[in-house]
Amino acid sequence: MTSHASTLARTREKPRVRPAGHDRLAAWAFLAPVVVYLVAFYAYPLYRNLDLSLRHYTVRSFVRGDAPFSGLDNYRTVFADPTFGPALLHTLVFTVASIAVQFAAGLALAVFFAQHFRLSSTLRALFLVPWLLPLIVSASTWSWMLNSDSGVVNHALSLVNVDAVNWLTSPDWALASVVIANIWIGIPFNLVVLHSGLQAIPAEVHEAAAIDGANGWQRFWRVTFPLLRPVSAITLLLGLVYTLKVFDIIWIMTKGGPADASTTFATWSYRLSFGNLLPEFGPGAAVGNLLIVMALVFGLLYIRIQRRQSL
Amino acid sequence: MPSFRNSRRRLRAAVAVALATCLVTTGCSSESGSGGATPTGDYTIWDPYPQFDDSSAWVRLLTTCGTDAGVTVERTGYDTTDLTNKALLAAQQDNSPDVLIVDNPVVSTLADAGVLTTTDEVKVDVAAVSPNLLAAGRIGGKSYGIPIGANTLALYYNKKVLDAAGVDPATVTDWTSLTAALTKVKTAGKKGITFSAIGTEEGSFQFLPWFWGAGANLTQLDSAQGVAALTLWTDWLKNGYAPNSVLNNTQTTSWQEFAAGDFAFAENGTWQLANAKKTGFEYGIIPIPSQAGGTAPAPTGGEFVTAPVQSDTARYAVTEKLVACLTSADNALATDTTLSYIAATDAVQRTQVADDDELTVWVEAVKAAKGRTSDDLGTKYPKISQPLWTAFQAALSGSASPADALKTAQTTAAAATK
Repeated sequence: MTSHASTLARTREKPRVRPAGHDRLAAWAFLAPVVVYLVAFYAYPLYRNLDLSLRHYTVRSFVRGDAPFSGLDNYRTVFADPTFGPALLHTLVFTVASIAVQFAAGLALAVFFAQHFRLSSTLRALFLVPWLLPLIVSASTWSWMLNSDSGVVNHALSLVNVDAVNWLTSPDWALASVVIANIWIGIPFNLVVLHSGLQAIPAEVHEAAAIDGANGWQRFWRVTFPLLRPVSAITLLLGLVYTLKVFDIIWIMTKGGPADASTTFATWSYRLSFGNLLPEFGPGAAVGNLLIVMALVFGLLYIRIQRRQSL
Repeated sequence: MPSFRNSRRRLRAAVAVALATCLVTTGCSSESGSGGATPTGDYTIWDPYPQFDDSSAWVRLLTTCGTDAGVTVERTGYDTTDLTNKALLAAQQDNSPDVLIVDNPVVSTLADAGVLTTTDEVKVDVAAVSPNLLAAGRIGGKSYGIPIGANTLALYYNKKVLDAAGVDPATVTDWTSLTAALTKVKTAGKKGITFSAIGTEEGSFQFLPWFWGAGANLTQLDSAQGVAALTLWTDWLKNGYAPNSVLNNTQTTSWQEFAAGDFAFAENGTWQLANAKKTGFEYGIIPIPSQAGGTAPAPTGGEFVTAPVQSDTARYAVTEKLVACLTSADNALATDTTLSYIAATDAVQRTQVADDDELTVWVEAVKAAKGRTSDDLGTKYPKISQPLWTAFQAALSGSASPADALKTAQTTAAAATK
């Protein structure tokens, strides 16, 4: 730390000693690592993905590197594909349903844990478990639990005389099953962020409201909820971006099936590019870009709302 | 000191820039030297058997073959799903291995990409290889590799379950007798048959024996024969002869269901033979019956030894020796035994049967088997396989009738292969 501080001090002295050109060079040298990092790991892959989606790639042209430019053909192929409509619908249902329930449950738990009581921190720690497990573990466990024939869920249903449900293998339930698993995984994140948001609300406000005669329900809706709005907004945005691209849970549990019944843009993009003996990089990249655009739209929306709030 | 620190920083920045350029252009591959200038020296071999390490018989065989040819062999084992992409990327950078051992349906894809040499160019002798196995690597009258061995599918049965149901496995010779056996098993309170109908290539692999066994052709998915095959599967599910979980079963999970001991039959591959001995119950194997009786053609699995195109064609002389060594009768027998495969030539198959009587069923099954990319389908196969697995997933899950599902599949496949 000290050497860092002394370097900083030295750089500040420099203008007097060195010509301006040298200084600019030093500035660029300081900037270079981050610029290089951004270009190598963000800008270039994005550019490549865009390029990939605008060319007609076959295995042959991939090897030779001479794929002809085909404009928006890949996008047209994707839009005309019979999978497009269902995949879009599933992506929206998956995202909205997951986020709505995750957020509501996370908020309820956060408010619950905001009151300090015995075991409160232990219980809260237990709620974090889903977050700590590798996704492959939780998704595989869910798929075993929801197995039609030997799953524990159907076994439990049979104990209360409810007919077995083909959770992962019926077109009516497959999407619901992956949503349920995703909600379970997403609750801890919402809980943690909203809980820390609640801590930041000063206790005096609550006390003042209580003295003014507001009951618990009113205190939540009139005081806590509005004061939590900035934190809620960022939680929702992060959740949205995260949920849009969820791939592993769905792929491990259903492979997007049966017959596209739980296919989202993320799994579709993967299937096009890697899930077949013959890769279709162009359309795969096009679907991936559509996902990026969707996330971007919501990101911009967030910035806009935030700006309006701060004005 | 300050100047030193400054220069060190600059150096660090320079390294970072260089590294980034490397990553961006992917031009700093450590192997880039081996593809070019020196025809002698190291020869690279890539295979999809990462389970074998340097002390294994397989890698020792590779080393010996190299020594016999007067070169050093550098071997890398990749995961089989990884290998296709790796091979394509290497070809893109003119950095292909000298010998590439790759899953048979991928051969046509790589050949179509211009990555592989023909067996004529590298002078690989394919005369002894069974034509039905060689066909998976034949496109437009040319062979692009030689099979190292083959595996395929058959029906494993649990003797105890069948005895309890009063079924003699020898009577199961066509679809009617198979379904009758399943009915008896179900009546006896046991489970019928398990297979893998997952929505990936694995599912198509398992469906093909029934599809081909009905006499259907991959160029016409919605033919009456195709519908008959899918109806057979769908009815099994409807009647409870097969569990609903087949829709999500990989071949491994399907095997686990069978190994639990309640199922009468399981459709699975040669490679489970070693596991079958560990199940603790008496098992047997019968060929998958075709609709009208007799052994149904099952798809062939197993790898091809191929020689990727090199910019330095002088290397082919040694490559030829390496391929010949790997596929020679004695070495093939050793390799196929390790991999639990059936050999690709009649002579070696006879030796295998003489050594182990249990392999007779498998040798018959391999003789009747058919490559997925055969019939000159080549790279069209993947575009047909995907609609096909979507179709049986739709029919089995009840979202479409077998006929409708296959009609949709045919429309999609026809548009994709046009």
